Amino acid sequence: MAKRKTQRLYFILLGGLAVATGVALVLTAFEDSIVFFYSPTEISQQTLSPGQRIRIGGLVETGSVNAEGETTTFSVTDTAESLNIVYRGILPDLFREGQGIVAEGYMLASGTFQASDVLAKHDETYMPPEVADAIKAAGEWRGDEPQQEATSNSTMASP
Amino acid sequence: MNPEIGHYALALALPVALVQAFVPLFGAARRDAALMAVAGPAALLQMLLIGTAFAALTQAFIASDFSVINVYQNSHTAKPLLYKISGVWGNHEGSLLLWVLILAVFGAAVAAFGGALPDRLKARALAVQGMIGTGFLAFILFTSNPFLRVNPTPAQGLGLNPLLQDPGLAIHPPMLYLGYVGFSMAFSFAVAALLEGRVDAAWARWVRPWTLAAWSFLTVGIGLGSWWAYYELGWGGWWFWDPVENASFIPWLTGTALLHSLIVVEKREALKSWTILLAIVTFSLSLLGTFLVRSGILTSVHAFASDPTRGVFVLALLAIAVGGSLTLYAIRAPKLEPGGLFSPISRESGLLINNLFLATAAATVLLGTLYPLIADALELGNLSVGAPYFNTVFIPLMVPLVLLMGIGPMMAWKRSDLAGVLARLKGALFGVGLVFALALSLSGIDAIDIAGSAGIALAAWLFFASFTEWAGRVRLFKLSPANLWKRVRALPRASHGMTIAHMGMAVLIVGVSGSSAWKQENILTMGAGETITVAGFDVTFHGAETIRGPNYESVQGTFSATRGDGKAVTLKPERRIYDQPAQQTTEAAIHTAFWADLYVVLGEGPADTGRYVVRAYFEPFVPFLWYGILMMGLGGLVSLSDRRHRIGAPLRAASIVELAKG
Repeated sequence: MAKRKTQRLYFILLGGLAVATGVALVLTAFEDSIVFFYSPTEISQQTLSPGQRIRIGGLVETGSVNAEGETTTFSVTDTAESLNIVYRGILPDLFREGQGIVAEGYMLASGTFQASDVLAKHDETYMPPEVADAIKAAGEWRGDEPQQEATSNSTMASP
Repeated sequence: MNPEIGHYALALALPVALVQAFVPLFGAARRDAALMAVAGPAALLQMLLIGTAFAALTQAFIASDFSVINVYQNSHTAKPLLYKISGVWGNHEGSLLLWVLILAVFGAAVAAFGGALPDRLKARALAVQGMIGTGFLAFILFTSNPFLRVNPTPAQGLGLNPLLQDPGLAIHPPMLYLGYVGFSMAFSFAVAALLEGRVDAAWARWVRPWTLAAWSFLTVGIGLGSWWAYYELGWGGWWFWDPVENASFIPWLTGTALLHSLIVVEKREALKSWTILLAIVTFSLSLLGTFLVRSGILTSVHAFASDPTRGVFVLALLAIAVGGSLTLYAIRAPKLEPGGLFSPISRESGLLINNLFLATAAATVLLGTLYPLIADALELGNLSVGAPYFNTVFIPLMVPLVLLMGIGPMMAWKRSDLAGVLARLKGALFGVGLVFALALSLSGIDAIDIAGSAGIALAAWLFFASFTEWAGRVRLFKLSPANLWKRVRALPRASHGMTIAHMGMAVLIVGVSGSSAWKQENILTMGAGETITVAGFDVTFHGAETIRGPNYESVQGTFSATRGDGKAVTLKPERRIYDQPAQQTTEAAIHTAFWADLYVVLGEGPADTGRYVVRAYFEPFVPFLWYGILMMGLGGLVSLSDRRHRIGAPLRAASIVELAKG
C-alpha cells in the first residue's frame, strides 16, 4: 500500500500529464482549425491566399440570387462592398434576399467566394452578430432598437 | 383570470424560495431544529406554487389565450394540441419556468423522500436549492415574465417556429432540463457537505441516485437533440460541434466523471475533494450552458434570439453561484479528512484516470466553444472554431479512455493485478482482431476505411470486455441455467446497469465511426422519371404534389429506391410552408434498414419547371447512435432501480458499511 506522500505525488503526476496532454492537443488543433471572419469590405481590402478557410457574412443582395441546377450564385453586402458567392447544394430553409447570412468556405482566384456551408437564421429579426458588426463598421447600421423577442432558430446547409 | 393566478403563484414562490434559502441555513448554523424544519414544507410549497404557475401557463396555451403576450407570440389556434403544449417551453420565458419547476420538483423530492438524511445536511442542501430557485425566480419575474398581458387581445397568435413543431423536439427540452437541473442536487449536496465539513461514504450514497438520474436524462436529452438535428434539418449530419450542442455536452462530460468519482467516494472514501469540485463544476457548466443558449452571444446553428439584459442577469447568477461555491470550496476543502489510499494499479486509479480524461476533454471543448468570445474580447479578430478543432482534440482523448473502460471494471479495489486482468481479456482481444479484419475486408484499405474499421474495433473491444466482465460476475459458462438465473438475479442492478451503459457506449462508437467513415451522398436537379444513385441505390423520382397538413402546405415528392434486384422502398420527403409563421421546413424522408439509413431531401428547383434539387445520403450505422444512446439511458435507469440507490435506503446501507468496517 502506497504512503500518503507517494499517493500525492502520483496525483500531481497524473494531473500534470492531463494538463500537458490537453495543452498539446489544443495547440495542435488551433494551428489549422481556426476560421476568421471577414466582411465584404475587409475582403476587398486585403489579399487572402486562395484556399484558406474563412467565414464571410452580410445581407443577401436583392435580385442577386441565381440558381442553375444544384448551384446557386448570389452576392452579399455590408452596404459598402459586396461579394459574389457560389454554393452547390440545398440552401437553408430561411435563406432569402435581404436576410443576414454567414457562409464558410474559401476565395477562388476569380475573386468569387466558394461556400461550403451557408448559415441563415430562422427569424427575420435576428442578425448574426458578425454581420451586424460588419454593417456597423460600414457605417450603415440603424437597427440598434431592441429586437422583438421571439424564439428563433437557424439552419446551416452543408453539402 | 387564470394567467393572474399563475402570475400570483409565481410571485409568491419567490419569497417562499427566499425563506427556504436562508431560514434553514441559519437554523443549521444555530442547531435549531425548528428553523431547520422549515426547509421541507418550504420546498413542497414552492413546488406547489411553481406547479400552479406552470399549469396556468399551459392552460393559457391550450386555450389559445392570446391576451397573454407569450401565448400570442408563440402559439396559434390551428396548431395541433401536442405543439400547443410543447409551445409552453418552446420559448424563452416558458422554458425558464420549466427550469424552475424541475428545480422545485427535485427539491420537493428531497423534502418528501429524504427522511433518512441527517437533518442538518438536508436543511442545508434544501437551502442551497432555495438559493438557486431564488435567483431563477427573480430572473423570470424581473426580466422574462411569461404572464404579461396585451391589450387589446389579438385575434390570432403568431405561431410557433415550425422547426420546433416536432415530436422529438417537444420532449427534448424537458429531458435536457431534467439533466441540467438534476445536477443542481449534486451541487446543493456538495455545498451542504462543505458547510458541514464532512464528506463520507453515506454522503456519496445520497448524491449518487440524483446524479445518476440527471445523467440518464441528460444523455437521452442530448441524444434527442442530435436525432432531431439529423432528421429535421435535412443536412444528414447528427453532430456539428455547435456552441449550443457543446453547451449541453460539456456538463455531460463532467457529469459522467462525477458519476464515476462518486463510486470511489462511496466504496473507498477517496477522491473526496475532487468529487466535491466536480459536483460544483458540473452544475456551474449547466448554468453556463443555460447562459450560452439564452444570451445569444455565440453564433450558433440553434441560436435563440435574445436580449442582452437577460444575458447579463444570467451571467451575474453564474458569477454568484460559481464564485460563491468555489470560494467556499477553497476555504473548506483542505479541511476534509484525507481519503483511503490506493495503488496506481487499482480500480480507484482507473476511475481517477477516467476522470482526468473526461475533465481534460471537457476543458478542451469548453475552450474551443468560448475561444471566439475570448478572441473577441482580446481583439484578436473575429473568428470561429469549427468541427476540425473539436475532432482533433476530442478523439485522441476518447480512444485511451475507451481502452481503459474495458479494463477498469475488472480491476480490484486498492491494488490490482493488471496482467491477470489482461489475461482474462484474451478472448475479447481475439474478438477485436476478428471484427477489425472483417470490417477491413468488407470496406477496403483506404485510409478512411482503416480509420472506420479501427473505430469499430475499438467499439468491439469495449463491448467484448464489458461482456467478459459481466459473464465473469454471473459465472456464465460455469453454472447450470437454473443457477445462472439465480446468479443473474443476485447480481446488483447497478452492475447490470453499468454493463448495459458501457455496451451502449460501444454501440454508439460503432455509429460514430461507421457514419463518419462511410457516409455517401449525391446531389442532382431532377424531374419526374429521373434517377439519382447513391451507394448502389437507384433512387427514382416520380414527381411531387402539393398536400395540405393541419397548419401547413407541403410539396411532397415521391421516390422509390432499389438496390440491385431488391424490393423497392418508397420515400416521401417534404418541403413544408407553414401558415403562421410563414416559414419553410425541410422534412427529410428516411428509410431505416436496422444498420443504415437511406436519407432523401427535397430542395427547391428552378421556379415552375417541375424540377427539384434532390440530395440523397447513404448513412451507414447512424441508427446505432440512437440504439447506443437508448442503451446508455436504460443502463442509468436499471442502475437507479438498484435497492441500494433508493432514496430511503441509504441510512440502513450506511450502517451496514459501518458494521462491516467495525
